[in-house]
Amino acid sequence: MKFKAMTALAGLLAISAVGAANADPVEDELVINDEIEIVTRTAAPEHMEYIDEIMSGWLFREDDTRDMERDDFDNPGMLAVEAAMEVWETADGTEGKSCADCHGSVEEADIAGVRAVYPKWHEASGEVRTLEMAINDCRTEQMGAEPWGYTSADLTNMSALMSYMSRGLPMNVAIDGPVQATWERGKEIYYTRYGQLELACANCHEDNYGNMIRADHLSQGQTNAFPAYRLKDAALVPIHKRFQGCIRDTRAETFSPGSPEFVALELYVASRGNGLSVEGPSVRN
Amino acid sequence: MKRAYFAALAATILAPAALADVVAPGDVVFDEAGALETSLTSQPGNPEEGAKVISTKSIGNCVSCHEIGAMPDVPFQGNIGPALDGVADRWSEAEIRGIVANAKKTYDGTMMPAFYKVDGFIRPGEGYTGKGIAEADITPLLTAQQIEDVVAYLATLKE
Ligand code: HEC
Ligand code: HEC
Repeated sequence: MKFKAMTALAGLLAISAVGAANADPVEDELVINDEIEIVTRTAAPEHMEYIDEIMSGWLFREDDTRDMERDDFDNPGMLAVEAAMEVWETADGTEGKSCADCHGSVEEADIAGVRAVYPKWHEASGEVRTLEMAINDCRTEQMGAEPWGYTSADLTNMSALMSYMSRGLPMNVAIDGPVQATWERGKEIYYTRYGQLELACANCHEDNYGNMIRADHLSQGQTNAFPAYRLKDAALVPIHKRFQGCIRDTRAETFSPGSPEFVALELYVASRGNGLSVEGPSVRN
Repeated sequence: MKRAYFAALAATILAPAALADVVAPGDVVFDEAGALETSLTSQPGNPEEGAKVISTKSIGNCVSCHEIGAMPDVPFQGNIGPALDGVADRWSEAEIRGIVANAKKTYDGTMMPAFYKVDGFIRPGEGYTGKGIAEADITPLLTAQQIEDVVAYLATLKE
């Protein structure tokens, strides 16, 4: 009798534990190294029709994961930034030049702030380019070096250094003018219900952020925090790899990293985060 | 020897007979409200199997979106859809069968996947590999019998 009452109580507790996890994003503030103030919540940009307030994925993570991002010494993604700082100073390719030869040292580089405005229009090629494409363009055109693989550690590390150099600046990608057609294409992809589960990005990240899908607390799926160090993978994850994983989880045939579809999608999703601070390299579970 | 012979014989006779009574995904006819009056198989549903389908990640994984108070031991129940407690008070068996087979026939545009459907997908993949699959090779997320088992379990959820 006593035993039965105990199990019933345990059952109740289990249910309320589930209930507790179904919380909205936390009320918390992110200041990195007691110095860089990160905007994790702000008014949605005008082009968004169904969301009033945009939020960083940081607000949807557990306390210990959030804490790892408050200090660079606790952030495993910083190892990648340090590795890239060395590469920044190292000559490569037939021209015998390093990134620093053209852009200056990391502290004074002329490209601090670029993360916030990418993906962006590239006049010479007449296409929208991601930061990863721009880095590879420097390697092949300026340095005479081999391009890095789109999701390789080298390119992801360098991309993390670009985020680090822009940290705290508001995301501010352009959505009109020459990029408009690409942006529209990205929006169409965002709302398309792919795969045998027939799920669009919007189903999870617009209609259900704050809710639980099994053990996962759904965020708005923002890109301001990329590359993101995922504790689950013990690795830094670039944006297109995250997109790939999300589409795969709908039992769909994914697009490839660096494909025109993912470039368009990245532009559109980045524009949904206009106003949030650049936060990469971030920590996620 | 003899036993093997009988087993083989039984298999050839029974298997096609059992299959013949399964309604194929393409032949399912929903009524206007999205309900399915008749069973998809000739076998009655088994509620215990249904509970397994609902709570197992690699099978139905219904708990990724639904809380079920009657399954307190299943961790990490999601809350995308309504809690399923008392569902049999709200819906008839036919209606529940329709929702599980293809919820879009009941709720226009719902996020709930169609568990007994094999066509009309955009870029369908081979399981969770991220690779494409030919439409002819797509199998439904659940078999007809699994749907019946799930319906039998949900029919027990009364308050
Ligand atoms: C079936 C649900 C589902 C769908 C559909 C989905 N995602 Fe996600 N996504 C998740 C989950 C779960 C996570 C991890 C928790 C979180 O941050 O939401 C995630 C995380 C992300 C993140 C990382 C956010 C951060 O701050 O770390 C991005 C970016 C993202 N998704 C973009 C997309 C895009 C773009 C699409 C469509 C191509 C998409 N997702 C479709 C479930 C989904
Ligand atoms: C990706 C999310 C998702 C999954 C997975 C899912 N459902 Fe649902 N389900 C929903 C949503 C959302 C609704 C509510 C319908 C609506 O408003 O769109 C719903 C409604 C229902 C209802 C009606 C509930 C009521 O009380 O009115 C039943 C029954 C149901 N689902 C059963 C199941 C079963 C059984 C499975 C697994 C085989 C399942 N669901 C898997 C999202 C899901």
